[in-house]
Amino acid sequence: MSEVFAAIIPVLAGTVRVAAPLILCAMGGLFSERSGVIDVGLEGKMLAAAFAAAAAAAITGSAWAGLSAGIAIACLMATLHGLATITYHGNQVVSGVAINILAQGLTMVFATAWYHMGGQTPPLDSAARFLPLALPGLLGQSLLVYVALAAVAVTYGVVGHTRFGLRLRAAGEAPEALDAAGISVAWTRYRALLVCGVFTGIAGAYLSLAQNAGFSRDMSAGQGYIALAALIFGKWRPGGAFAACLLFGFLDAVAIRLQGVSLAGVAVPVQLIQALPYILTVILLAGFIGRAVAPRAIGQPFEKEH
Amino acid sequence: MRAKLPRWADLVLIPLANVALAFVAAGLVVLAIGADPFAAVKAMLAGALGDSEAIGYTLYYATNYIFTGLAVAIAFHAGLFNIGGEGQASLGGLGAGLAALALDHTGLGLIVLPAAILSAALFGAAWAAVPAALQAWRGSHIVITTIMFNFLASALMVYLMVNVLIGPDNMSPESRDFGAAASLPLISDWLNAIGIPVLQSPLNLSLLLAAAACVGVWVLVWHTPFGQELRMMGFNPAAAVYAGANPRRITMIAMALSGALAGMVGVNEILGVHHRLLLDFAEGYGFGGIAVALMGRNHPVGIVLAALLFGVLQQGGTELSFAMPQITREMVIAIQGLVILFSGALTNMSRPWFEWPFARFVARAPESLP
Amino acid sequence: MTMKATTAVASEAALELRGIEKRFGAVHANRDVNLKIPAGSISGIIGENGAGKSTAMNIVYGLYQPDAGQILVDGRPVQHANPRAAIANRIGMVHQHFMLVDRFTVLENVVLGMEQGALLKPGLDAARAALLALERDYGLKVNPDAIAGDLPVGQRQRVEILKVLIRGARILILDEPTAVLTPQETEQLFRVLAALKAKGCTVILITHKLREIMAATDLVFVMRGGEVVAERRTADTTREELAELMVGRKVRLDLDKIPAKPGAAALSAEHLSLTGADGVTLLDDINFALHAGEIVGIAGVSGNGQSELLEVLSGIRPPGAGLVTLAWRRITPQHPLGAGAMRKLGLSHVPEDRHRFAMCGPFSAAETSVLGRVRDRPFARSGLIDYGAIADHCMKLMDRYDVRPRRPERVAMHFSGGNQQKLVIGRETAAIPKVLLIGQPTRGVDIGAIEFIHRQLLKLRDAGCAILLVSAELEEVMALSDRILVMSSGRIVGEVAAAEADEKSLGLLMANVRQGEAA
Repeated sequence: MSEVFAAIIPVLAGTVRVAAPLILCAMGGLFSERSGVIDVGLEGKMLAAAFAAAAAAAITGSAWAGLSAGIAIACLMATLHGLATITYHGNQVVSGVAINILAQGLTMVFATAWYHMGGQTPPLDSAARFLPLALPGLLGQSLLVYVALAAVAVTYGVVGHTRFGLRLRAAGEAPEALDAAGISVAWTRYRALLVCGVFTGIAGAYLSLAQNAGFSRDMSAGQGYIALAALIFGKWRPGGAFAACLLFGFLDAVAIRLQGVSLAGVAVPVQLIQALPYILTVILLAGFIGRAVAPRAIGQPFEKEH
Repeated sequence: MRAKLPRWADLVLIPLANVALAFVAAGLVVLAIGADPFAAVKAMLAGALGDSEAIGYTLYYATNYIFTGLAVAIAFHAGLFNIGGEGQASLGGLGAGLAALALDHTGLGLIVLPAAILSAALFGAAWAAVPAALQAWRGSHIVITTIMFNFLASALMVYLMVNVLIGPDNMSPESRDFGAAASLPLISDWLNAIGIPVLQSPLNLSLLLAAAACVGVWVLVWHTPFGQELRMMGFNPAAAVYAGANPRRITMIAMALSGALAGMVGVNEILGVHHRLLLDFAEGYGFGGIAVALMGRNHPVGIVLAALLFGVLQQGGTELSFAMPQITREMVIAIQGLVILFSGALTNMSRPWFEWPFARFVARAPESLP
Repeated sequence: MTMKATTAVASEAALELRGIEKRFGAVHANRDVNLKIPAGSISGIIGENGAGKSTAMNIVYGLYQPDAGQILVDGRPVQHANPRAAIANRIGMVHQHFMLVDRFTVLENVVLGMEQGALLKPGLDAARAALLALERDYGLKVNPDAIAGDLPVGQRQRVEILKVLIRGARILILDEPTAVLTPQETEQLFRVLAALKAKGCTVILITHKLREIMAATDLVFVMRGGEVVAERRTADTTREELAELMVGRKVRLDLDKIPAKPGAAALSAEHLSLTGADGVTLLDDINFALHAGEIVGIAGVSGNGQSELLEVLSGIRPPGAGLVTLAWRRITPQHPLGAGAMRKLGLSHVPEDRHRFAMCGPFSAAETSVLGRVRDRPFARSGLIDYGAIADHCMKLMDRYDVRPRRPERVAMHFSGGNQQKLVIGRETAAIPKVLLIGQPTRGVDIGAIEFIHRQLLKLRDAGCAILLVSAELEEVMALSDRILVMSSGRIVGEVAAAEADEKSLGLLMANVRQGEAA
């Protein structure tokens, strides 16, 4: 019995570690999408933030400087997304894709140009990282993990129970009503995107400062897309998205343990386990999500009829 | 309806302006890493067009971008954003490779090559058909599913190459070499044979396939009733239904054609250049195709021009990273991202800069609304 | 205060517009508009579509900025850079298309924009109390916790009015408020307006419905071509005079109609039903037969299944249950027929919402003129489209239906509403259909084109076509139809011969199932 217990704890710990950046990205995406702006660029923002955080931490030796840099870069890219989609009424999906590709390219360009290490930043020592807190057992997680959990609560409170949240939801459901009430739809959406930038910035910093000791090529590894899938699976609600992120994190943690294991005499291919989150996402998108209702005005640039 | 600019300005000036902006931004990045943008451009152009070998390489890269550009464009016309070009291209290569491995023992190019080309198209189409079906019947957003399928394709290819198709005595995940029958003829060989001396390059018959594909897409989209239904789906699905179209059918056919076109990258790479199955041959062409389609305004003429530009970028970029080592290959990716950004998302940013001079200097007939 | 004293003292206009000018590109929407709305009155602004009435009021409400001119509220010049400024000056506007967030509750909708604080709860509680007070004062009752999207249309409009009142509006502008109401709901609305007037509010009604002006207003201003062309006291004028002023010439409100000679049944429905995706019943056991040579009109407030009926009959949607028969072809849920196949069987369809169905984005007029028929000869030969033949066809259509300008290559969306409609109707009738389904034929169309379209429909009928007409304009249905079916809540609740129909009885039928939702 204690063996099972001993096996579960690391899995749970692994779940939380893997889920943390997912949770942050999903909450960030929630703000953006509930306000009516599709955000495929979670991946790119997180990646860019990871690089910026690692670079800043390497230069200053301070984890907090790294965190700030990560948030700043992600917010910058969020503003770019807003410029394209809100001010210039551009295609929201294309803008997100562009941001992802841009991040992919620019992080490597600057990483190799500045550090000449094939895309990596110099390894960071403990002072420049958010190492796990000195708390017993499962609670011994990095500070940023707790920030991620707090983000869920903050999202729930703000979106559902504040003036900003009401206006944000109106921007996503019926922007013409918000506009008729005299509130700027554009400004509301920009602010939502900025919140998304903050959260994805923290997620990026987590990757390079907490989960690893620096930036490496494409380190976000598609987690931004998984976070987006989790958001949709969670029907754009904080609780649902949080649960989905935990589920995906759990799958990933279990996958590592399942490597090399045989099921009924057949070796489970490593690649299948790695592909599980994606397969699951597709299955979920095909089957169970069919009727989830997106914010009504999502994806359409708001153009005042007048 | 913003009809403040004449149509030609809309179709030519604005895209050119957007591309120019992307390159200005790229130049700034080059400056930021301490290199000289103008030297970089010179090195690029020399590397891409300096001699017949370079031109051959440029055209060979451009061939791939034409295929993926057409793939994205045809789906776009139907209102579908196919981000899965990367995965569809990989699967297309798999299809070509499997046919080659199965049939090259015959020694007959006339049997192996058409079979392999068809196989590539079918595999690519199939890989696109699943997300298409999910969109058509379950309403799953095709952007997300095609992104997922890119990851799935990558995992599948790794598994197959490492465990199933790896050639005997190979250390790296590659299949055995194909027989001579499974090779597409090289353009340089043909030109040399008729007395035009050119250096050898990977440019092969696929270039002609790409040209045929351009013509085929042009005729299909703008000159057939099906093409009109396709375009209606993109503009206004309700009107398409009213006109008698079947949205599901159009989604499936459009995506299948799209996947088949992307799969042709596999033909170029596997049958034209590598002559064996391997990994990562399609890297970058899927997303590059998005940039090419956007820049080319989803029209074959524009796509060819944009593909040529990207061919120059890729070949020039490779040479550039030798000539100026601070600039890595990823700079090309960054430029692609900038092009997508300016051509596809910030499209309307440059518009007012043109509307002002047109409004001031060009006399317009008043909008006649009775 | 006696009535006479009030009118004598009310020289102070609650709202005045002086010399308002507004252009949108080349369109001169408002030309030197001068209006003086007396306080405590119910004034109507009437005019055709495009006459400039909504533009003028949108300027008052701060949605547009005037190019020139002045707005005065209670004698003070004001500038409304946005609706907030207008609201601050006690002006409220209820739009034709409601500005409600369907997923929010009534309370959340009311509070949006005036939440009074960063946290929601205090604002919601205050709004709840305010709504109770308004219910007391004006009799406007609504459930604050109901989800706005679930409410019937009359109630949603009520929420819009409450939104305006809760912000302290003393001048209310209502833009085409009765477009979506049954006659009974319209009466309820007029009672509310009278209550508002009794409390000293000023009400401005924008409408193109002569009947409502006569029934509800004290004063009427007529706008035409962007300017105010006349001002009358309602008691001193007639519908005919107003119509003439609206159009600028004598208008015939009746059509010469020879009696119908109906032939064989061309299209019929038996036990036709349809359920929506969320389980809502859209069509409930529809039975009727449409004969050659007759016009059957379907009366009813929009949203009672008429749109869905047209969609099923035209093949855009398959039937949920029951049977549709066209030209001896049986169409059932198991054997549905798409719109293209229906068209081949001789059915033509002019949809209610031409922008949604009958036209397509950047298509030219030429391409629009063959929408749905592009596979027919001579438009396509051996699989390829013949653009020359299409342009010729379009030109012929334009000549026959007087579509201006005569430029087939021009983008269809750039034509005026009336010309777009003529193009679509021309396209659908050029094929000499056996059955014509036509919805809202004159929506967004100016009066001159309306007459033309009506005459074309009668000509078709006399030539033996079976026409099913859906319109929210009761006058149009009564003028054109030989038989009238009334739809309510997805059912046909009554059939009346046109000669015996009158607004009151039709209105009662239209409200039939909805008696539970009393004032």
